[in-house]
Amino acid sequence: MELARETTLTVNGQRVARRIEPRMHLVDFLREELGLTGSHLGCEHGVCGACTVRVNGDIVRGCLMLAVQADGCTVETIEGLTDSKELAPLQKAFHERNALQCGFCTPGMLLAAQDLIRTGKKASREEIRAHISGNYCRCTGYQAIVDAIEEVIHGPR
Amino acid sequence: MDLSKAQAAPGVIAVVDGRAVAEYCTPWVAVLAHLKGIKSPPQHAMAIERACWQGEACAAVIAESRSQAEDAVALIEAEWEELPVVVDMDAALAGKPVIHPELGDNICFKREYDTGGVDDVFARADVVVEETFRFGRHTGVCLEGRAILADYNAGEHSLTVYHATQAPHMMQDIFSRHLNIPEANVRVITKDVGGSFGIKVHVYPDEMATAAISVLLRRPVKFVADRLESFLSDIHAREHKARVRLACSKGGEMLAFELDDVTAIGPYSVYPRTSGIEGNQVVNLIGGPYKHQKYRAKLHVVFTNKNVTCQYRAVGHPIAVALTEGIVDIAAQKLGIDPAEFRRRNLIADDAYPYTSPVGLKFEKLSHQRTLAKLLDIMRYTELRAEQARLRKTGVHRGIGLAAMIEVTNPSPAFYGVGGARISAQDGATLRLEPTGMLTVLCSVTEQGQGTEAIFAQIAASAVGVTLDKVRCMTGDTGVTPYGGGTWASRGAGIGGEAVLQAGRALRSNILDVAAALLKLDKAELDIAGNAVVNRLTQEAKLPLAEVGRVAYFRPDTLPMDFQSELTVTRHYTPRQYGFTFTNGMQAALVEVDPATGFVSLLRHWCVEDSGTVINPMLADEQLRGGIVQGIGGALYEECIYGPDGQLMNGSLADYLVPMAGEMPDIVCVHLETPTQQSQLGAKGIGEAGTAGAPAAIMNAINDALAPLGARVTQMPFTPERILKALGKV
Ligand code: FES
Ligand code: FES
Repeated sequence: MELARETTLTVNGQRVARRIEPRMHLVDFLREELGLTGSHLGCEHGVCGACTVRVNGDIVRGCLMLAVQADGCTVETIEGLTDSKELAPLQKAFHERNALQCGFCTPGMLLAAQDLIRTGKKASREEIRAHISGNYCRCTGYQAIVDAIEEVIHGPR
Repeated sequence: MDLSKAQAAPGVIAVVDGRAVAEYCTPWVAVLAHLKGIKSPPQHAMAIERACWQGEACAAVIAESRSQAEDAVALIEAEWEELPVVVDMDAALAGKPVIHPELGDNICFKREYDTGGVDDVFARADVVVEETFRFGRHTGVCLEGRAILADYNAGEHSLTVYHATQAPHMMQDIFSRHLNIPEANVRVITKDVGGSFGIKVHVYPDEMATAAISVLLRRPVKFVADRLESFLSDIHAREHKARVRLACSKGGEMLAFELDDVTAIGPYSVYPRTSGIEGNQVVNLIGGPYKHQKYRAKLHVVFTNKNVTCQYRAVGHPIAVALTEGIVDIAAQKLGIDPAEFRRRNLIADDAYPYTSPVGLKFEKLSHQRTLAKLLDIMRYTELRAEQARLRKTGVHRGIGLAAMIEVTNPSPAFYGVGGARISAQDGATLRLEPTGMLTVLCSVTEQGQGTEAIFAQIAASAVGVTLDKVRCMTGDTGVTPYGGGTWASRGAGIGGEAVLQAGRALRSNILDVAAALLKLDKAELDIAGNAVVNRLTQEAKLPLAEVGRVAYFRPDTLPMDFQSELTVTRHYTPRQYGFTFTNGMQAALVEVDPATGFVSLLRHWCVEDSGTVINPMLADEQLRGGIVQGIGGALYEECIYGPDGQLMNGSLADYLVPMAGEMPDIVCVHLETPTQQSQLGAKGIGEAGTAGAPAAIMNAINDALAPLGARVTQMPFTPERILKALGKV
């Protein structure tokens, strides 16, 4: 533990200070240290997107970022973005369209989708598919997810 | 093996080897009596002295944190003596070398089937076609890895296991027998599971070791497979090489199929379902939708030094459907008959049921002809063909692929139970009216994300007469639910759903008994609707269910002296009349192949499926779509690639490709409903249909696109490289 580094960051609006081992990645920190288990780990190789969190306003792979790198950063997770209601329309659309089955990919998927929605761009289905193409879902086959995002962007069809 | 350095590492609680674990966990042998002659050696939770594949654990570190455990693993010193391996299925078949000398050869299971008269038909047929198809092994890649937390209580000699499994009762039985703990002292709790698809229905050595170590250490122990561990040890599936032949008359009548299939399953048959079932299903399902009478099949299931294979979503169907539909398209091409028309002539007629297939499968009622007509209609087949021909002239190579299928669902005890496996073919449901008028549903079928709890709530709500918001469903706890099989083989809706329906109907009757006593009315005059007891004829509300509950539980003294309410009801259901409740369906794919790069673009996909009564159309669609995309993965991207030394070459998600949103097409689903008459609900299974048919449809579409270029691909996955090879470009 002598390697542990004092790290201060803001998580979902709360200031958090901890001594963190440099090798601990951000999602392990969120899950193990802060008990925020909404961010998931599907590969820890940066491929599946289950670990997607928002850091300083941009979505990142929480498994590829070390927690100590988040020193001084603002981190938002599925828990915070749910409480703030920012994701509410998307969550409602996911729910109504059955855009989740097991739900393991869903937190990451919601953050990735919201990243597109926030731009205000009237994205096409192809653009939606491209935007979430870094988020793996084994259950749904993606169509329902695309439908749900499309509905939030363009209104009910 | 020297464990001492690991034992001394920070945070380490224990380091154990196979011998230590074997003290607490007996080995198993995965055979089934009805797979005649199947053999496999005893398998331990952890290797003792000899490991047979990369992915077989030989030591375990238990530490306070995962990182400490992983640090310590690196300190274990093992001196390995390398033994010769066999990774190729032909070499395995030839016994070069034999993996388990005590078994004599590498043949786990073989089966031959012959209706007789096959040679004669082939000799006299106008057209005979033959092709050899290869299927790469792939795996489930559930986004959440396998996870288990075992908690042994020495004071009670009891074990509570939080387990991401599809079959909690099966695992209860297995933990009990192999760890020698009385069955009633073992409780398996399965909460939300991050995807299963058949991966989480098997006994995994590392999970058994986790439970055994919990007993050894008398404390809770958790194991979660990371992605590398998942690739190395989650079951793989589908490694087949099969030669298939089809004899036809020149009028376009299919006369006989012949199959010679070899499949490689790794060094052990997987417990307790065995690794013989997949090949067995292939033998059973070849030619399934068609009217031919003659069939001969040969199957060899062989041991190799790769990861084990076993049942994964659609077990055997993707292979059988691809072999059948692949050779059917080749025959259509040779006969010069349109593939849709060729199928129309040969699909079993919709009025031919009950029907027995050449291999002895009994079909209660299927709808192939209606399904084909519907599919051609929704995809605008004729126009699509015209467009394809137009585009070909401009150098655009589009292909249309069809795949007809039958699927095993709602299996009876004939699937596993008759073979001696302690796997339940029946399921149970308990429904309880709560004092507030709410309904609690407990069912032995588990929720893996497919929507089991949602449809059980629907069925219970309509059976009793309450609104959906009044129903709470609980599954996945052997200490709480009735006994049952769980989630596999497309059985949850058809079997568990029927148990819920029957329990619901019985509870409705029991509630009306209470209401009749309370209201001093004839029960026949009453019914339940919208959370209240109503007049059967006028639907006028008489009594809220909350009032029935209040009186029955808190003021039974106001009911007649000889009356006892029964507001908890349990019912069970086992399908018995047919071995399997077969469903049918047909898929179509439209693809574009770029002959310069070998890339395949998926433009559209259609599926018409007849799974009997549809309980929730949206969930049914989504089961099909998810399944189809999983099938597309096997057809185009996914393959566990092994080197000649038996090392997995692509054990990460960066190297093993899975379908992502960008490449997937929109999928049109349509349901026909031919309910099974065996149950009141009429539901057949749907969870595996998409995966069963998609690879065949994709393959036929690619080959249709390649046909004018004189090329054909026969080895899945159809990577750009394989397509370019078929085109002679690389
Ligand atoms: S866990 Fe981070 S990308 Fe998969
Ligand atoms: S819903 Fe299961 S992985 Fe997406």
